[in-house]
Amino acid sequence: MTPATEPPLLRVDRLRTVFPVAGGEAAAVDGVSFDIRRGETLGLVGESGSGKSVTALSIVRLVPPPGRIAGGRIELDGRDVLDFDARAMRDVRGRRIGFVFQEPAAALNPVFSIGSQIAETVAAHGLARGAAARARAVDLLDAVRVPDPARRAREYPHELSGGLKQRAMIALALAADPDLVIADEPTTALDATVQAEVLDLLRDLRARFHLSLLLITHDLGVVAAIADRVAVMYAGRIVESGPVDRLFASPAHPYTRGLLACIPGQQPGPRLSAIPGVVPRLGQLPRGCAFAPRCDRRFDPCAAAPPGVSSIEAGHDARCYLYGPDTDGAEHPA
Amino acid sequence: MTPLVDVRHLVKDFPRGSGPLGGRGTTRAVDDVSFAIDAGETFGLVGESGSGKTTTGRCLLRLVEPTSGEIHFRDMDIRALSARDLRRARRHLQIVFQDPYSSLNPRMRVGDIVEEPLVVHRIGTKADRKARVAELLRMVGLDPADATKLPEAFSGGQRQRIGLARAIALEPSFVVCDEPVSALDVSVQAQVVNLLLDLQAKLGLTYLFIAHDLRLVRQVCTRVAVMYRGRLVEIAPAATLFTSPAHDYTRALISGMPTLVPGQKLDRIPYDPQRFEKLPLREIAPGHLAAV
Repeated sequence: MTPATEPPLLRVDRLRTVFPVAGGEAAAVDGVSFDIRRGETLGLVGESGSGKSVTALSIVRLVPPPGRIAGGRIELDGRDVLDFDARAMRDVRGRRIGFVFQEPAAALNPVFSIGSQIAETVAAHGLARGAAARARAVDLLDAVRVPDPARRAREYPHELSGGLKQRAMIALALAADPDLVIADEPTTALDATVQAEVLDLLRDLRARFHLSLLLITHDLGVVAAIADRVAVMYAGRIVESGPVDRLFASPAHPYTRGLLACIPGQQPGPRLSAIPGVVPRLGQLPRGCAFAPRCDRRFDPCAAAPPGVSSIEAGHDARCYLYGPDTDGAEHPA
Repeated sequence: MTPLVDVRHLVKDFPRGSGPLGGRGTTRAVDDVSFAIDAGETFGLVGESGSGKTTTGRCLLRLVEPTSGEIHFRDMDIRALSARDLRRARRHLQIVFQDPYSSLNPRMRVGDIVEEPLVVHRIGTKADRKARVAELLRMVGLDPADATKLPEAFSGGQRQRIGLARAIALEPSFVVCDEPVSALDVSVQAQVVNLLLDLQAKLGLTYLFIAHDLRLVRQVCTRVAVMYRGRLVEIAPAATLFTSPAHDYTRALISGMPTLVPGQKLDRIPYDPQRFEKLPLREIAPGHLAAV
């Protein structure tokens, strides 16, 4: 166990990332706060437009322009990366924080063999050179359970199946021995059987490499399989966060409840429980709680102003007027 | 009872390679597939990417020309139809695609997209068709005023509703739903699935429901066929398939289904592709066929 006094590996504090919209700027990420401790996995759950991927890109300062980080702090081991120069940021990306994307094609270069790409990353961060770097590449492919890793290392991305490409990308993310891996929908594009294998793999790697993991997904099934804690995002804000078992056993926010309920297989069919309405678009948020127009529990205060954070129990928070009048705008870390 | 759709020994070969000198042989995407769908069913077709499920669905409508085999729809021999008769038959056979972003023409107004099949089949006057478009948009939960907008004004779920309105415009009896919700947000998936079920009840539709989300297939399908490497390995009522799978591949597929129990490690059963044998389906229990 990590002593409670140790600072978190990553602390995101009141992050605000904005994009231009007609008539000004809109916050895709609006006051998001959470901590990730060493060895811990946080599942960041949300649908399209929730701001979950923009949050991930903000952490490594890769928000695509004209988007920009307009406020908050992103502390890695207590130091705000927003103060880092370009060189220090390059060290953060790759060396301290590895990235796994939904689409391996986005990360793998088609004209280099898998092994040489991993070896290059190993060398670029000064961990090994030449033959030693290539050997490390093969070791990493072995660690992500690529069969016959020495042969596969010589192959090009197009020669690998979707599942193997995903493993190669995970190996690439681990190449510089990072402390934190950010995985953005790492299993969404994979077939069900391969998806389960990759989740098993991530779980094992986390223990073996003592990794912290920020897992970004729309799939609560993926979160249940691997996360220690969960933060649910809606329209740029974290609306609920807590330990995974508590959040699944007693979801507090009506949005979380709705998301859980609409997963098939929980009630006699064929109809599903659905959340009415659509996810609001950036720059078109209602004045009060962003979820209120779709919420079956809305009442008077919901339309007036966005709710603040209420504590449900220790470590379990929700932004919802059902749990108190807290509108002081207090920001508690997730 | 005669099935609504009866598929026998369907085969589809695609040329392999596309170099300047032509292909080097063929790849068999669909390999001797036979199944029958009764009127009113939601018949699930599951399998991993590349298993041939999408090609099978397209062959039924001859959007892809089958290489051999038979496809019967009611008393029609779909493969024997002339191009003209096939166009007429398509009134009854429709498809909803996975990607609501690429399946709608971005330059056409929503009303024109939904009206197009009515125009092609020369149904009604201009005024009749406008009224029908308004009715169809209402049926799929959209506002008739949306007819004047372009697809870009709509979210993924709303676009899928537009695709559905177009698919049901000619009052078909059979609709191939090819991964109809897999590109949608979770909270919207359930809405669109419920809409599919409502339309089915209201219009007496029969669905071929192609999907990779086994939880969803289990929830909505009456019977399910499992496809692997172009072949059907099992067909069973949904309840039977998920509780008593007979083929090793089906068992592997089901064992990887995600649960909502935090921290529960799945007891996955691996499937070794080397063990795969091309066997014919045989009835192992009433209504339960497996290639074992």
